[in-house]
Amino acid sequence: MIVIKKLMSGNEAIARGFYEAGGHAATAYPGTPSTEILEHISQYPEIYSEWSVNEKVAVEVAQGFSMAGARSLAAMKHVGVNVAADPLFTMAYSGVNGGFVLVSADDPGMHSSQDEQDNRYYARFMKMLLLEPSDSQEAKQMVIDGLEMSEKLDLPVILRTTTRISHSQGLVELGERKEVGLRSYEKRPDKFVMMPANARRLRVTLDQRLAEAGEFSETYPGNRVIPGDGKFAVITSGIAYQYAREVFGQQATYLKLSMTNPAPRKMITDFISRHDNVLVIEEGEPFLEEQIKFWGLKVTGKERLPAVGELSAAIIAERILGGQKYSPAVNAVEGLPQRPPVMCPACPHRGVYFLLAKKKPIITGDIGCYTLGALPPLNAMDTCICMGASITAAIGIKQMLPDRKVVATIGDSTFLHSGLTGLVDAIYKKSNIVVLILDNHITGMTGHQQNPATGLTIRNNPTNRVVIEDVVKACGVENVQVVDAYDLAAVESALDQALAADRLSVIIARRACALIVKDKGKPYWIDSDKCKRCRACMRIGCPAISYADNLVSIDGNICNACGVCRQMCKFGALQEG
Amino acid sequence: MDVKILIVGVGGQGTVLASKIIGEAAQLAGLDVKQSEVHGMAQRGGSVVTHVKFGDDVYSPLVEPGQADYVLAFEQLEGLRWISHLAASGKLICSTQQIMPMPVITGAAKYPEDIESKFREAGVDYLMLDAIDTAGRLGEKRAANVVLLGALARHLEIGREIWQQAIRNVVKKRAVDVNLQAFDCGWNC
Repeated sequence: MIVIKKLMSGNEAIARGFYEAGGHAATAYPGTPSTEILEHISQYPEIYSEWSVNEKVAVEVAQGFSMAGARSLAAMKHVGVNVAADPLFTMAYSGVNGGFVLVSADDPGMHSSQDEQDNRYYARFMKMLLLEPSDSQEAKQMVIDGLEMSEKLDLPVILRTTTRISHSQGLVELGERKEVGLRSYEKRPDKFVMMPANARRLRVTLDQRLAEAGEFSETYPGNRVIPGDGKFAVITSGIAYQYAREVFGQQATYLKLSMTNPAPRKMITDFISRHDNVLVIEEGEPFLEEQIKFWGLKVTGKERLPAVGELSAAIIAERILGGQKYSPAVNAVEGLPQRPPVMCPACPHRGVYFLLAKKKPIITGDIGCYTLGALPPLNAMDTCICMGASITAAIGIKQMLPDRKVVATIGDSTFLHSGLTGLVDAIYKKSNIVVLILDNHITGMTGHQQNPATGLTIRNNPTNRVVIEDVVKACGVENVQVVDAYDLAAVESALDQALAADRLSVIIARRACALIVKDKGKPYWIDSDKCKRCRACMRIGCPAISYADNLVSIDGNICNACGVCRQMCKFGALQEG
Repeated sequence: MDVKILIVGVGGQGTVLASKIIGEAAQLAGLDVKQSEVHGMAQRGGSVVTHVKFGDDVYSPLVEPGQADYVLAFEQLEGLRWISHLAASGKLICSTQQIMPMPVITGAAKYPEDIESKFREAGVDYLMLDAIDTAGRLGEKRAANVVLLGALARHLEIGREIWQQAIRNVVKKRAVDVNLQAFDCGWNC
């Protein structure tokens, strides 16, 4: 038989695994580094897939799939699991009908996140099964294994990846799809109605199911010893295995763990009894190490390796071997200018933030591209905590500082994700804040996913559209304005009106993300005869405009022709096309 | 064969496409391959880095400091930022393109002058290439990434036909011809 291999990211491999395992239905809310999982799943016509309005909804809908007998999957980034934690905890009690896998894509190093929580602890806390792939091939296999063990052990599974699994590509052997019918649906209130009497009984069986899973973990092929010369003995999991293998090669004997909750206690005890000075090498928190030490076994881990940030072969080499296995041949150049991410040329958020900052209110921000408004030169944000917190933080701040103007800024997708409940709270509290909804017609930062306000499904088919201004008005907000985000005069006038109002105001600044607009128009240019070098156009912080040798110029290669800069110029120096 | 490449640039420059083509070519050549990149916030005009490794067996997807056989830089400052990843025998292939980062635009920092001389002073084996101009002459500035790729590919032990096949497999159909030409320009430079 010819084995076909394909280069796949971990995310694509997870989708492939779900396909091959006969998966029926999947949900997700986009979030880096998890987003492409559902995008790839949506390419398989055999599988029902949908973007959910948030992660809690994604898990609850996917649990519905499972209750109905389907093999189901929900995918999200690590902080999304916080949003979904409520149904997940109880789901472990209920167990499943069709197999259920939750993919938690963690982001050590916080490439695109607000924290680096190690979600393996959720598996222990929620009493779920935990799988940790170390490359794309394993990611595919562990979705297949996960669905099977979920059904066999009647427990949900967390498949936990990290950025370097999600977004690294490796070769994956492709298999056929194995069609699996829906398991039969039976009314099971004893299992799915979580009233105290049922929950108390299931609390006991939960530990019994976990004990059985512990036995299963001892024989799961993903937990195995990889023999070596034995100069070092290493217990490891996930991407850390690859880094350790890179550093020690054949010199070490590895206990490579894939199913880490419940971890295989006998296998670990046996490994430690056969080797001296066993190292636990894991990225992030001492999750395995704490478990092993709790069992009274002696290992070394975070005494020598960092818990903060991403692990790497270089860090392991430096901390364990000492010396300079990976020393630079050429020294790094110090003091270079940083290159932080910026709003794209023609980003509709730019002009809005510029005007907002000018009014000097307290600005509570939210999660999305528009978080970049916090950076210079706009400096237009006081707070940004988590999805939806702009509106609620504004309510609290306004209540304590009634003399200050407070504006909450939030994107269209984030507003529907968890801003809406905050807005209802603001109405109920009679909170005199301004809610500025930055509606760019798409979920932007994660790479352009549809959401309920776009009226399109994950496969770009038309569906019902949630009209944000209708929702806001229906909730009871009377002062609602909709403006074009590129029209600075209109935005400023709306802001002035709302900031002067003595009641809750909502402004929807609307304009499509510049990256999804196909006909961009011709780039602007600067007539240097008219230009007075005042650089007012540069105050909006557009990366296409720069100043050198006493000349302000626009880079025509990257200008997307929004025309906001032209509205900044009093001398008519900025020219269209 | 065991090759480690770092592709560095600015979000939006097409580093990901270049790494995809390398991955495809390595796979067509029957090698194990891994690559790693970062999505999300960093892609919005920030510094981006893609790691590519291929050979008989690849474990870690990341290229460590002092280990890169090649650094392929799409922008001068980014090339300078990553020279410490070059191996002693490593080679830097760098586009002459300059993109001002926001701290330079706002006046908080200064773009380094004469970066090429800094490569020379550091003793780096380097090649500077005006890839934008080359691609522009083909009528498609966006193919600058594949010009740079061609300049890299010439040094790798993978045949030219394999590279051409990889481009056909990866690039969108209507862009194949211009990208093949761009590749040749880089290969012959």
